[in-house]
Amino acid sequence: MSEGRVVGIDLGTTNSLVAYMEGAAPVVIPGVDGSNLVPSVVALDPLPEGGGRPTVTVGNSARRALIETPERVIYSVKRLMGRGLSEVQSELKLFPFRLADDVEAGEVPRIQLGELKFTPPEISAYVLRQLKRNAERFFGAPVTQAVITVPAYFNDAQRQATKDAGRMAGLEVLRLVNEPTAAALAYGLDRANVGTIAVYDLGGGTFDISILKLRDGIFEVQSTNGDTHLGGDDIDNLLLTIALDEIYSEHGVDLRAHPSAVQAVRKAAIDAKIKLSTEQAAQFDIELPNGDRYQREIPRAVFEQLIEPVLERTAGPCKQAMTDAGLTPDQIDAVVMVGGSTRIPAVRQLVDDLFQLAPRGKKPHIELHPDEVVALGAAVQADILAGASTATEEMLLLDVTPLSLGIEALGGTVARIIQRNSTIPASATEHFTTGVDGQTNVAIHVVQGERELAADCRSLARFDLKGIPPMSAGLPRIEVRFLIDADGILQVSAREQRSGKAAQIEVKPTYGLSDEQVESMILESFDHAEEDFAKRLLIEARNEAETILSAVERAPESPAWQQLTGEEQAAVSAARDRLAAVKLGEDAAAIRDATLALDQATRRFAELMMEAAVTTAIRGKTMDAAGEEMGDEVTAPHPMAPAEFK
Amino acid sequence: MLKVLDSAVPVACWSCSVAHNESILFCPHCSKIQPPPGGDYFSVFGLAPRLDLDLGMLEHEFHRLSRKLHPDRFARALPNEKDWSLADTALLNDAYRTLRDPIRRTGYLLKLQGAEMGEEHSGKDRKDPSRVPADLLEEVFELNMQLEEMRMARKMGQTDPDLQADLTAAKKKFDGLLDAVDQDLRGQWKVWDEGDEAARQSAQKTMVALLDRRRYLSNLVRDVTETLGA
Repeated sequence: MSEGRVVGIDLGTTNSLVAYMEGAAPVVIPGVDGSNLVPSVVALDPLPEGGGRPTVTVGNSARRALIETPERVIYSVKRLMGRGLSEVQSELKLFPFRLADDVEAGEVPRIQLGELKFTPPEISAYVLRQLKRNAERFFGAPVTQAVITVPAYFNDAQRQATKDAGRMAGLEVLRLVNEPTAAALAYGLDRANVGTIAVYDLGGGTFDISILKLRDGIFEVQSTNGDTHLGGDDIDNLLLTIALDEIYSEHGVDLRAHPSAVQAVRKAAIDAKIKLSTEQAAQFDIELPNGDRYQREIPRAVFEQLIEPVLERTAGPCKQAMTDAGLTPDQIDAVVMVGGSTRIPAVRQLVDDLFQLAPRGKKPHIELHPDEVVALGAAVQADILAGASTATEEMLLLDVTPLSLGIEALGGTVARIIQRNSTIPASATEHFTTGVDGQTNVAIHVVQGERELAADCRSLARFDLKGIPPMSAGLPRIEVRFLIDADGILQVSAREQRSGKAAQIEVKPTYGLSDEQVESMILESFDHAEEDFAKRLLIEARNEAETILSAVERAPESPAWQQLTGEEQAAVSAARDRLAAVKLGEDAAAIRDATLALDQATRRFAELMMEAAVTTAIRGKTMDAAGEEMGDEVTAPHPMAPAEFK
Repeated sequence: MLKVLDSAVPVACWSCSVAHNESILFCPHCSKIQPPPGGDYFSVFGLAPRLDLDLGMLEHEFHRLSRKLHPDRFARALPNEKDWSLADTALLNDAYRTLRDPIRRTGYLLKLQGAEMGEEHSGKDRKDPSRVPADLLEEVFELNMQLEEMRMARKMGQTDPDLQADLTAAKKKFDGLLDAVDQDLRGQWKVWDEGDEAARQSAQKTMVALLDRRRYLSNLVRDVTETLGA
């Protein structure tokens, strides 16, 4: 069973994908709706009549639920992974969701979703389970092992949280791979195999830069840098602010008081941003509550001036990465572009300038789909790990740790024990002793970061070395070994050398779940995955059918239903009846086909509902849909952001 | 950091039980991965301790061994083999990181020979006047004054072109001194690699002093660079 396929997963802030190697080429596995991208959106279905735990919907259908039951939907959860309470609190200002009331400092924050509470890894686990199911449907066989990508600049806690999510979803995470490195693998497959490349990865919420040396199939990362809070969202916010300010000053309408209206203007801002990548100008045309229209043209030149400070923030990390690698721009042979934001011409220009590409007759590489390249690379790494594949047998990825590891020393300073950009796995051994006669415990505080003071770095964990034999102060000699594994996660072991006794270590991660907690959060029993596989596929197919049927059941109540032509209504009804009939049978494939057909028949209806919600939101009418609870800040990333260019 | 190499004790391969008395990463008989050997970083690459290394050869060996040892090659192996792959690769990476850098390599070899070395990771020793190399006392004193002035000026939002020029000149001078130290170190490498026991002892002493001086100078240069670039 463990010798099944290994899939590669890009668990993204906005969208997630699953891919695998088909022979010598990586391929994205589409979902049941035929789409390659699964929006990283999770919705809690309505409470079942007669009690019981509500089921969960993921992806496009969850996005739809955002209109009907926003208080039961969560998105962009990647921003909350591996973060502490105070960090989540400040991050949540940007989101329409809220923390559970009973969250205490020191535990992993839980988000209130309807009547239930979930930790960020649990939410991610639902997304992963969906991808797992998509792959299983595609192969017609169980999938239990995966490679998952993370931003290169993710710290230990964020990585651990991602691994936990995999385990909860019933996936053995064979490796966490850094996103820019994965992209390099995807590009490196069919390209000249010697040279130095830079990967510039500007996504929705994070920025990474990695510099790699390629030689005979070995991908050796030289340095990496980045910013986990820099991305397309920041650009959206700039456009949004302009629109809101102008609406206020020119029309006297303060939309900021109406969170759902803000979300709607935000969607317009995102549309404008996307248009400006291909057109010389984009227009805002928004109907306001007082009947006025806000009309505004944004020429590309104005847009570029506006976003320059945001783009400029990516320059520093790029320069630092080159310095750390001991390289100058002219020594970089190629630059690979990853992430949706690299479609912006000004971003490409900045990269061109930073790496002096044009004067050297070069261009940034954009051949692979920027939304898919990370998943494709994950599939390549999955193939390497599975072994015995001729396509990847010569390939090996040597990655680095993005942040220095240190121990808090006397006076709160940091003693660095593993430098950033060290090839992983990497280890360091340190010796500790006692300060008081008879002392049997020594506390160690491990931090991650580049700052001089421990308080300015990120607290990783506190270790208690226990069971030290009582001796005079300074006599015990405790050897502690710190090891950063190939996933970039820290492992610690200790030994008292004079007594030869292995000191007992109690690891208290500053952020994160205990093993037992993860165990208790495992989504369902996967023990008998194989024998039950066919049965499970059937149950899943029926559940999916159930979800869409109950949504369609409520459709005629919606005003959008009346906007459909009689023909369209008839098509929906026919598809609904067919699914309702097929659902009773035992043929999972037939149920899936009928589900897909109904999904397609209702597509225009879904669009109309989305539009209606947006219009209602701007007109300021009370709307059950986008709801009062949408964020009170203008910076919430919009879950309806289109994922692809038309 | 270092374990004593005890190569006299024969070790049996966990897999084929054939004994081998070298510290090795793979069983010479059945090629299976072995627990991390106790040898020093040089022995990981099959080298005797020496200072003048062929970096091209080192990289080639690093890649060759990585291909065989890396955890990616053991993703579906036995739990023991997985653990050893992780430990062996960490050792290989630590060794390569140390040996490919001339300064780290020199420091490592000196420690291996039992030399007492200054603190690696504290930048504080420059604040301690007793650590200032005697021939630089006067210049360091003046430089510290200028640095302080520069920081004050920066704080007040002023620019002082004269001071800027002075500091740039000082940086150039100290950069030159660093280069000189590196030259001297290379000279000592040769002495250590090729000399007899007495020559080695004296080279070690010289190198310990050179590394101290180098650490001091590079902290100073870093300070100036930071202040100039702020």
